[in-house]
Amino acid sequence: MPTLSLAEAIARYVPEGASVALEGFTHLIPFAAGHEIIRQKRRGLHLIRMTPDLIYDQMIGMGCARALTFSWGGNPGVGSLHRLRDAVEHGWPQPLALDEHSHAGLAAAFTAGASGLPFGVLRGYLGTDLAAANPNVKSVACPYTGEILATVPAIRPDVTILHAQRADGKGNVAIEGIVGATREAALAAKCVVVTVEEVVDELPPLGNGVLLPHWVVSAVVWCPGGAHPSYALGRYARDNAFYQRWDAISRERESFLAWMERHVLATADHRSFLASLAEAA
Amino acid sequence: MEATRDELMTIAAARLLRDRAVCFVGIGLPSAACNLARLTHAPEIVLIYESGTIGAKPLVLPLSIGDAELAETAACVVPLPEVFSFYLQGGRVDVGFLGAAQIDRFGNLNTTVIGDYAHPSIRLPGSGGAPEIAAHAKQIFVVMKATPRSFVERLDFRTSACRPRAVITDFGILSPAPEPFELTLTALFPGVSVEEARAAVGWPLALGKNIDIVPQPTAQEISTLRDLHARTSEAHRRPVELPVS
Repeated sequence: MPTLSLAEAIARYVPEGASVALEGFTHLIPFAAGHEIIRQKRRGLHLIRMTPDLIYDQMIGMGCARALTFSWGGNPGVGSLHRLRDAVEHGWPQPLALDEHSHAGLAAAFTAGASGLPFGVLRGYLGTDLAAANPNVKSVACPYTGEILATVPAIRPDVTILHAQRADGKGNVAIEGIVGATREAALAAKCVVVTVEEVVDELPPLGNGVLLPHWVVSAVVWCPGGAHPSYALGRYARDNAFYQRWDAISRERESFLAWMERHVLATADHRSFLASLAEAA
Repeated sequence: MEATRDELMTIAAARLLRDRAVCFVGIGLPSAACNLARLTHAPEIVLIYESGTIGAKPLVLPLSIGDAELAETAACVVPLPEVFSFYLQGGRVDVGFLGAAQIDRFGNLNTTVIGDYAHPSIRLPGSGGAPEIAAHAKQIFVVMKATPRSFVERLDFRTSACRPRAVITDFGILSPAPEPFELTLTALFPGVSVEEARAAVGWPLALGKNIDIVPQPTAQEISTLRDLHARTSEAHRRPVELPVS
């Protein structure tokens, strides 16, 4: 297992125009990896995430994305993602094609991708306008009962990027706490890059903890604090105050760009990103 | 103690939850109501948040649906696809609690766009878990404030096809009449008039057979809710230590 720097991993696994899933449901969101994609000025990406969260708000606002597959696009408990809204409502900085689902639909699409099936099936989208608004949502008759069920095409990202608490030297990855659809998103992808808080010599047996075995992981990057302002259970807390501040920072294009310039573009890596936040506090 | 309208709504919503019910909980007012129920008359209520935390007993309300507070207090944490497949679609959820930007006279909900889908004037967050919660929970309660712009004759977009058992709003409670289940005014908060309720709703609001007056909150309900909110806002403002090595 090659242990790469974050810059090397992004350069190698996130080419221009790729479909990319940075997963982690509120917990363990790979912010450091998203920032590095912004620094490397990757364009034309198809971003995939159940909850775009602040990281995709930032990537969309910085012009990285041409398309977004998602199921809930707000700032949790706070309100709008203003950069996502600006892209959809005004095409700034560029138009954004939406492939919109419900959580249950996107979970089924990731599960199908991980299972090597062409589509996911669910009793979902019943009576909704979303089924009409998204041509990817179709239906199938159950061959046993005749019941009409919703279908969603399998999602197979070119690369899934996760953040985790620990990996060992071989590249086995351990996640504790809320896991969301990270396991499904990883096993659905062609390549898997994982940033981790800590690389240990050997992981203890994990029982029911989520483990991605080394032979499904393409690269591990040591990146402590890599989920901030999201969190890593047992390591550091979610910065709820920052999520609330983001509303004002991101509301106008100018204040957004100034923040991105100061804290992401002008910093060389995640360590200096965190230092720039500490300095501003 | 005089309760605010927000507090009246939350307390009225909490009272609808019976002990030991399995509730699928959304962030905001629903989460406040469910935890108030847990801290008052329903200590054995089971709270499921869509992040996969089952049986959560948060001391402070989570800001996001996946705060550590939920993972650390849950009976178990399962992958998100399991929550939707095994628990919700599998029929193991009694009560779903939803909010929305728009609701129509039957209880259908819009959380997707204001305006046209392809060219919205306001892009809202979208579906999240709501369409399938509305379809699969055995009962749905909706909690949202009423204005003629939110309680509308016609939704801009139907995100969730929903037939709520009750809609708890800031003037009182709407409940469905018999077939075709139009929402009608069935309860008012103390001191609120029928005219005020009608003025807040964008369709001609029909009156139920009886219009109850919601009993005043008890001192214990108000103090439990205020303590919960005070703990919560203190916790969310608290600066976190940056993970700088």
